Amino acid sequence: MPEELRIRVNGRELAVAAGTSVAAALLNAGIRGMRRSRTGEPRGPVCGMGACMECRITVDGRAQLRACQLRCREGMEIEC
Amino acid sequence: MARAAITVIGAGPAGLAAAVCAAECGRRVVLVDENPLPGGQIWRAKKNLPAIETEPWRRRAQAAGVEWRTGCQAAQATPERLWLESAGEAETLAWEQLILATGARELLLPFPGWTLPNCCGAGGLQALVKAGLAIAGQRVVVAGSGPLTLAVAAYLQQQGARVLLVAEQAAPMQAAAAALLLFSSPARVRQAWRMRDALRGVEIQAGCWVEAAEGAERLQRVRLRRGRRRWSLECDYLACGFGLRPNSELGQLLGCALNAEAGLQVDRWQQTSVARIWCAGDASGVAGVEAALLAGQIAGYAAAGRQDLAAAFIARRDRQQRASRRLLRRLALRQELRRLAADDTWFCRCEDVPIGEAQAYASWREAKLQTRCGMGACQGRICGAAGRFLWGWEAAGVRPPIVPVRVGTLALTETGEAQ
Repeated sequence: MPEELRIRVNGRELAVAAGTSVAAALLNAGIRGMRRSRTGEPRGPVCGMGACMECRITVDGRAQLRACQLRCREGMEIEC
Repeated sequence: MARAAITVIGAGPAGLAAAVCAAECGRRVVLVDENPLPGGQIWRAKKNLPAIETEPWRRRAQAAGVEWRTGCQAAQATPERLWLESAGEAETLAWEQLILATGARELLLPFPGWTLPNCCGAGGLQALVKAGLAIAGQRVVVAGSGPLTLAVAAYLQQQGARVLLVAEQAAPMQAAAAALLLFSSPARVRQAWRMRDALRGVEIQAGCWVEAAEGAERLQRVRLRRGRRRWSLECDYLACGFGLRPNSELGQLLGCALNAEAGLQVDRWQQTSVARIWCAGDASGVAGVEAALLAGQIAGYAAAGRQDLAAAFIARRDRQQRASRRLLRRLALRQELRRLAADDTWFCRCEDVPIGEAQAYASWREAKLQTRCGMGACQGRICGAAGRFLWGWEAAGVRPPIVPVRVGTLALTETGEAQ
C-alpha cells in the first residue's frame, strides 16, 4: 500500500497518509462541518465509530456515507 | 445465500474470543465486523496497524479457520437470516447460532453548544486520532465521567495533544475511591501506572463538568463548573463522554430480553432469552475488556456445546464484572447534568428537535410520534440513551433496518434473495 494517496474534496486535491479515515482527513484539512443539519448548522464527527451519523458525506456520488467509517482510497471524490 | 454454523457479530475482545473458542471446537464460524480491522473500539487499529492486543486472538482465529467478514454491518435479522451491508452492497447470511458481541457506545448528554463541530465523545476523539486525525499541538479538554476519560486523556497527551484539563463529574471522594479501585488487580495497577506517567502535568479536577460549549461554526471555548466556581477555557477540541451504554439493537430485533442496564439479558452461559442466541461483552452490560474476553470465551464454548470448557471461566468473569460495577457505581452521574441544556438546546441531533419540545412528553414513544426525535439517521442511538438518563424514558421497540441502508438492501429484505 502506498504511504500517501490523493483524494479530492469539493474539487480540491488533498494528500493523505494511507489508512486515514475520511473524517480524519477532512478535519486535518480544516473541514470541521461535514454536513448541514435540518436547520442549517454545521455538524462534524462526534462518536467516531459510526453510531451518531453526524459525519455523513457524499463519496464518488454515493450520498449519506459515514466519513468516520470509510478509509481514504486513491482518487476518492468527496463532497461535503 | 451463504451458510454459516456459528455467526459472531462484532470483532472486539468479546467477539474475537467467542469466535476463536467456537472455531477451536471444530465449528464453522463466520465473524462479521463493521470496521476494516478487528479489535473493536477498545483495541481499535491505528490507521492500518492493528492494536497489539488483537494479534494473539487474530492468529488463533486464523489457525482455527474463522471466516472474516470485515467492513460489514448487520442491518436486519430474522430467526434464520442476517442482512449485511458492506460499502453499500447488500447480501444475506444464514445463521444457525448467533453470538452478539456488538459492544457499547458512549453516552452523550446535551448541553448548550454540544452540537458544535469539534465537540466529540471522549472515545470518539480517540477513535478519530487513531484514524489519522492530527492532534499534536491541539488544545483539548477531556470531560465527562469514567475510566475512559482518563485513558483517552493519557492517549491524546502521548500523541502530542495539549490536554488542558480532565474534568471528572463525580465528587472528589467518589472519584478518589474509584481511582483506588483501578488498582484492584495487577493488570489494573500496570494500566493505571502507565496512565499516571502519561498524565504527569495534566490538570485533573473531580467534581467538575462542562456547562456549555461556545464558538461560531466550531468549538472555540468551553464553560466549566466546579462547585460554585465557573470559568472558561479556550480549546480546539472537547472530548466529552459520560460512560458507555450497551449496543443492544440487533438482539432486541430478534426478541432478546433486556436487563436493567438496557443490555441484553444473559444467563451464566451468556445465552440470551432467545434460543440459539448468545451475547458477550459490553452489549450484555458494560463491564470492560477483561470481563468481555472471559464472557466471549464462555459464549464461544457454550455455543459450540462445550459447557465443560466454558465452566472454567465463569468465576473469573463474575469477579471481573463485580469489580467493574463497583467502579462504575462510584462514578454515578450527578443531578446537575440533567439540567445543563436550555430549552433551545438540541435534544435530537438528527432531526434538530430542541429539549424544550421533547421533554413535554411522558415517554420516548410519544415524543417520537409528536416531534420526530429519535427517528432520524442515528435512529435514537444518541438521544434515546440521553432521554433515558434525563427523564427515565424506557427504550422504545426496535424496527428493521436497525441502521440506514440502501434501497437495494431493503429490496433484498423483501425478497430474501440477491438481485
